[in-house]
Amino acid sequence: MLEAKNITIQYNARFAVQGVSLRVEPGKVISIVGPNGAGKSTLLRALNGNVKSTAGEVILDERLLRSHTRRAIAQRIAVVAQEADVRFPVTVFEFVLGGRYAGANLTAWGWESGRDIELAQNAIAETELAGFESRLMNELSGGERQRAVLARALATEAKIFLLDEPTANLDLAHQATMLRLIRSRCDKSDSAAVVVTHDVNLAAEFSNEVMLMKDGRSVAFGSPREILTEQLLKQVFGLQVLVDAHPVSGAPRVTPVHEMRSGPRA
Amino acid sequence: MLLVIVFVISSVIGAQRLSLSGALCALTGKASCSLSAEERAILFDIRLPRILLAGAVGTCLAAAGAAYQALLRNPLAEPYLLGVSNGAAVGTMVALVFFGAHEWGRPVMAFGGAIAATFLVYRLARGRAGASPERLILAGVIVTTFLSSAIVFITTVMDATRIRSFTFWLLGDLSGTTSSLLTVAFIAAAVGVIALVMNARALNLMMLGERDAFDLGVEIGRVRLIVFAAASLLVGASVASSGSVGYVGLVVPHLVRLSFGSDNRLVIPAAAIAGATFVIVADTLARTVIAPRELPVGAITALIGAPLFVYLLKRGTAAVV
Repeated sequence: MLEAKNITIQYNARFAVQGVSLRVEPGKVISIVGPNGAGKSTLLRALNGNVKSTAGEVILDERLLRSHTRRAIAQRIAVVAQEADVRFPVTVFEFVLGGRYAGANLTAWGWESGRDIELAQNAIAETELAGFESRLMNELSGGERQRAVLARALATEAKIFLLDEPTANLDLAHQATMLRLIRSRCDKSDSAAVVVTHDVNLAAEFSNEVMLMKDGRSVAFGSPREILTEQLLKQVFGLQVLVDAHPVSGAPRVTPVHEMRSGPRA
Repeated sequence: MLLVIVFVISSVIGAQRLSLSGALCALTGKASCSLSAEERAILFDIRLPRILLAGAVGTCLAAAGAAYQALLRNPLAEPYLLGVSNGAAVGTMVALVFFGAHEWGRPVMAFGGAIAATFLVYRLARGRAGASPERLILAGVIVTTFLSSAIVFITTVMDATRIRSFTFWLLGDLSGTTSSLLTVAFIAAAVGVIALVMNARALNLMMLGERDAFDLGVEIGRVRLIVFAAASLLVGASVASSGSVGYVGLVVPHLVRLSFGSDNRLVIPAAAIAGATFVIVADTLARTVIAPRELPVGAITALIGAPLFVYLLKRGTAAVV
């Protein structure tokens, strides 16, 4: 589906990403975890051509990424980045409908067809924004805006999702909803997702595979159970953690150990 | 609709009042009307071309303003701010001084000046991530202030008799309408507005952020180039015809967004029409308020535009950052 082969991204003397390879297969959710500045977002951005690699190639559908047109890439890969900074009066519906840019079947006068509108409406419903359609984007809370960004990505009908800290501004309930949505998309309609996240536990819960990055390199890659170990996490984050199994799901549960003083606070 | 009404009324009023029925009759092409030969001449040879030019100028400036605001993601973007107006003005002045004999010199040099200024702004603004909106505005301000000084320099060096007419012209002057200028203005308006409308969908996305637009499939480099070129053409044509008419590109798009939302497929054509109406009204005021003398139309647009903009800001609906 999508593959990064030995990607290196260099800015002047600094290597943001060094020799990282990644395979995205249908039905899989891959999380990329690591400290700030590890190159996670940069790597993600290289996967759809937003950032050009200095060395290495990205392959999409068995062809070089750069041999595809912009539009073709946008129809295959959708990005969910940090919530949008909207400076003009745009309604939620218009915003989500924007996701139909690449794949729209336009009517004679250049307007979106009924199908495009339906797709946008479905996406809005899926992200629990029904009723918000005519609200202005800059009237929404950060979390609501984030959901609108996800809705826009869903509206593109793309099969591959690249998500950069998608749960950063969401409350607990919506964090779960968003990841559950992605997870079910990947399970049901052979989509795939690559998620950059700081939330190691969410990664453990929802991904098939985890990549640990540090200083631009991939330190380890495998299933959550293989990767989220105390030893590896200490190596990458420099922090002592406790890893046990989540009592309900059985997924690895990472708890930082703060050795600041003995005994719990009263 | 409003445009048509305004058009008809403007053609009637002026230093010499024409009868409304006579004017309507003549405008619809009937042969025998109640207008005298002299009145016909006023209507068709002087007033009509001027009104048409005012409309074309308004269309050009408002459409260009709407495009700049969307492209640069800044509701305060305006042809003047970006150095384009001044570039066109310098081009026109060079044409008048050196190529005064050739009628086509003005619009060509104005367009050349507009393109040159745009190119300069672009080069200045190029950073690692391409020409980001913030850098473009900064570069635009630098170029526009530099060119303002150049304009002052040129006017100072010229002889005194020409200074006053130049200064007047710089503030927006539609009294020098010729048929060639009118033709150029109309062609430029048509080409420019069509080019912008064809890229309106892309602009809708670029308005929300270039990175997002890229992710959604927009060829941002190409769209930026086309929109800048089209906007330069529009501004160049407008300045060549009438000098610097300010505030149209700033205020009209805002007013249009208030009624129509931010979809550029609606905003750009609506701004084109509203801009035409606005400048026709302003020009009509300019030539009638202290008749038989004239005010520069740019002064009127500023006098109406500035308070209007402040009002929009206060209402909080101007959606300024």
